Amino acid sequence: MPDPSVVFQTTDLTLGYQTEAGLLPAVRGATLGIREKECFGVVGESGSGKTTLAMGAINYLSTNGRVLGGSSRLREVELTGLRRIQMRRIWGSRIGMVYQNPSTALNPSLRIGRQLSEVARRHLGLSAREAWEKSREMLARVAMPDPRSIMGRYPHQLSGGMLQRCVIAMALITRPELLILDEPTTALDVTTQAVVLDLVAQLTRDFASAILYITHDLAVVSKLCDRVGVMYAGQFVEQAAVRDLYQAPLHPYTLSLLGCVPRFDPEGGKRLLTSIPGSIPRLDALPRGCIFASRCAFVRDECRRSPPPLRQVRPGHSSACLRWDQLPTAAEYARSAPQVPVHKEERPEVLRIVALKKSFPPTERIFGSGGKGRSIRAVDGVTLWVRKGNTLGVVGESGCGKTTMLRVISGLAPRTSGELLLNGETLPPDVQNRPRSVLKQLQMVFQNPDASLNPRHSVERAISRPLRLLAGLSRRQASVRVSQLLEAVNLPHGFSRRLPEELSGGEKQRVAIARAFAASPQIILLDEPLSSLDVSVQASLVNLLSELQEKNNVSYLFISHDLAAVQHLSHWIAVMYLGVLMEWGDAEDVFAPPFHPYTEALLSAIPVADPEVGQRPIRLHGSVPSAASVPAGCRFHTRCPRKIGSICETQTPPWREGRNDHRIYCHIPLEELRRLQADTIARRAGG
Amino acid sequence: MSDPGADTSSRGLSRALGRLRRNPAALVGTLVFLFFLLMAVLGPLAAPYGYEAQSIAQRLKPPNAAHLLGTDQYGRDILSRILVGSRGIFLLSGSGTLLAAFIGVSIGLFSGFYGRLWDEALMRVLDVLLSFPPLLFALLLLATLGPSPLNLLLVISVLYVPMLARLARSTVLDLRTKEFVEAARIRGERDLVILFREILPNALGPILVEVSVRFSYSIFLVASLGFLGLGVQPPSPDWGLQINEARSFFATAPWILLFPAGAISLLVVATNLMTDGLRQVLQPGAR
Repeated sequence: MPDPSVVFQTTDLTLGYQTEAGLLPAVRGATLGIREKECFGVVGESGSGKTTLAMGAINYLSTNGRVLGGSSRLREVELTGLRRIQMRRIWGSRIGMVYQNPSTALNPSLRIGRQLSEVARRHLGLSAREAWEKSREMLARVAMPDPRSIMGRYPHQLSGGMLQRCVIAMALITRPELLILDEPTTALDVTTQAVVLDLVAQLTRDFASAILYITHDLAVVSKLCDRVGVMYAGQFVEQAAVRDLYQAPLHPYTLSLLGCVPRFDPEGGKRLLTSIPGSIPRLDALPRGCIFASRCAFVRDECRRSPPPLRQVRPGHSSACLRWDQLPTAAEYARSAPQVPVHKEERPEVLRIVALKKSFPPTERIFGSGGKGRSIRAVDGVTLWVRKGNTLGVVGESGCGKTTMLRVISGLAPRTSGELLLNGETLPPDVQNRPRSVLKQLQMVFQNPDASLNPRHSVERAISRPLRLLAGLSRRQASVRVSQLLEAVNLPHGFSRRLPEELSGGEKQRVAIARAFAASPQIILLDEPLSSLDVSVQASLVNLLSELQEKNNVSYLFISHDLAAVQHLSHWIAVMYLGVLMEWGDAEDVFAPPFHPYTEALLSAIPVADPEVGQRPIRLHGSVPSAASVPAGCRFHTRCPRKIGSICETQTPPWREGRNDHRIYCHIPLEELRRLQADTIARRAGG
Repeated sequence: MSDPGADTSSRGLSRALGRLRRNPAALVGTLVFLFFLLMAVLGPLAAPYGYEAQSIAQRLKPPNAAHLLGTDQYGRDILSRILVGSRGIFLLSGSGTLLAAFIGVSIGLFSGFYGRLWDEALMRVLDVLLSFPPLLFALLLLATLGPSPLNLLLVISVLYVPMLARLARSTVLDLRTKEFVEAARIRGERDLVILFREILPNALGPILVEVSVRFSYSIFLVASLGFLGLGVQPPSPDWGLQINEARSFFATAPWILLFPAGAISLLVVATNLMTDGLRQVLQPGAR
């Protein structure tokens, strides 16, 4: 039953890669249809085959990719089996592509205008002048300020968000029938992401394209898409309209995935996340029955016998689960996770940072004094403290100085001024001058698990070194302790002999956590330890960190750009912008009105994985100013949506104190802020 | 419990062999290289004749059953001279390169690790050494010091120290800021432990590749110097020297010249192929 409004349709599409291990079926039997003006979201974790599906559907696989079966149609044209030379007339003109990383999608040595107008000349047959005019028009459509000057710039002169808008303009210039967006906002900051998502939503309406939106982020999908397909290990396990999917997921994988996302919850309350045990099956060893059976909490014997087909179980809602009608609702499922005890009593301080400053010289030179430029004030006077057994979360966009602050605390980078106190005693600034008794108290988990483990050292060695150096254990004692630590981070004992390259990203990060815990420190610095991992892996690590904290009474200083994860893990939260704190206080107070206008903007920018939660759209425009030329007065005034006047530009704001040490660095009084912000984020009553 | 280190390295080895199997050229190169190395070790034991054994009756004979590669102007067996000559090549080029590697890598490691003024000063000195054309520089040194195997060895080291030091330094500079090194600092490892246990094992791949490249260059250098008469002196069976001596007979007995020349090319090409394989094994991903 061909439906004329369906623009793009794949039917039973099966794709594979020819590898040394043989032909691996990366996508199996994928069926989807997208209508005009419809946005179809494909959600899945890494390795689920979502990008392969999109690339295979438009015949754009790498040389070892194969279309093994099924069909893929754009309107009346069957794309599978078309040769490259025929496809070239379709790619770029009838199909637009936007990739994850805008800085590599554009040619760094050509001006933006040239790159855009080339597309217009190639596919629309316009003259050079017409193409130029068309490109300028397109840049204006994607809300670029001053398109004429942007046309003359090179990609490196633009910020990530602007580049992505250029790429979107380039993809849309031919008014393609199908627009494919592959994780277009993953490389961007939340505030920029929000602007780009708004833009995409608006352009869909204007251009009447069908959109295939690929992402790992369930929250983004809920804000943008009409229909969603959830992929797991190369298959769709569920497809539904967005609202149905979030209200009543009918596949255990979707259910678990929703439970994995640290939910930004206006009501607060601490609970473990529902994590998914095990890992995605390998493509060369797919199970006979349901592909999710080995990780499913609702598995029965019949699930393992034969693969359940994806079938329509409710109008417009299909699921590949035999027991779809016996699953709990998302809310019930989330409530099944155990609660985390909340300790309200006043606890002693472990770490205190007083007026910490760190600036970098303008140019690093050994001979000569480096010229004129101003120094970069990465951290510009931060005072905060961490209490025993508590977590202090520091949030901020990239470039706000949070990582630099952590490096200064760890002693890896020298500080410019200010003081560090550990248990009330001064901490030597350089890690090399810290005695082992001090090092033992303060350990760190790094952002990138691939880089933080020495590729030539076994897991055993990685964990046993701090045991021997800092805890003073003998080789034999250390070996016993390594097994205990591996058990504590839920890794099998046999892993001690493995090399990092034999571990997955999540497993590496578990080893790094075990290493940080080895010497039983009092405080662990966590440098975005989750940001490079998949959601389900993130969830299990968030749970692990909570459990280990509860068991060992350790404190965390956790920095992240992910507000939901910070809210989930933290007892105290500090919001950082351009090297200084903007707001600081108890987690519940920081994420409830009154907010600092910057916090408010962040909160309204993060997509919430729930179509029922309303967010007032507050968008920050422009990019974070350079830390080499910090704005006078309140340094947020250049982007502040609640700026009250010239006072913001000339005078540094006061710290306004609320209850429980809650502080806001703003000229607007707290009562006024509370009144203005009452409905910034709220659960819609009854939909 | 068995030593985990041994286990991981043996698995590494089998993986490395697996990668090598997919590159037949590198395999052939390695085999040829090992063949010459074996000849160098066996030396006179493997040669059918003594390398100095002259026989006026057998002068300038083309390759035949008794002398597979023919004989030279003194009736000496060319095959034997080439086989025995490989010993000199390996000794001179090999030990020269190893000496250069030892000095160069040490300089590079410390210079890159500690940085600052020492690093600047050392690197400028090395730049001066690098600015001389290698062959000319070797000729100058040998003309001053006099041609002897020891001097030849020193010349090779002096020539290759700067390049190896630069490579080791840049590798260390890259590794020094890696998170696993920072993790080692945070757990209070001493500098030497960080340098030799954390950094060096990861720098070894590129260094080994560079050392084998330098080795193939130095084979050529030793042969060139021998040809110019500034290397090993007669009646040594040095390959370069053989080519020099054979020049005047090229028209009548080309095999005297072609076989030693062929041996040089074969060993150099084999070493380069082996290096490519080594690069694939040690630095997968880099091309």
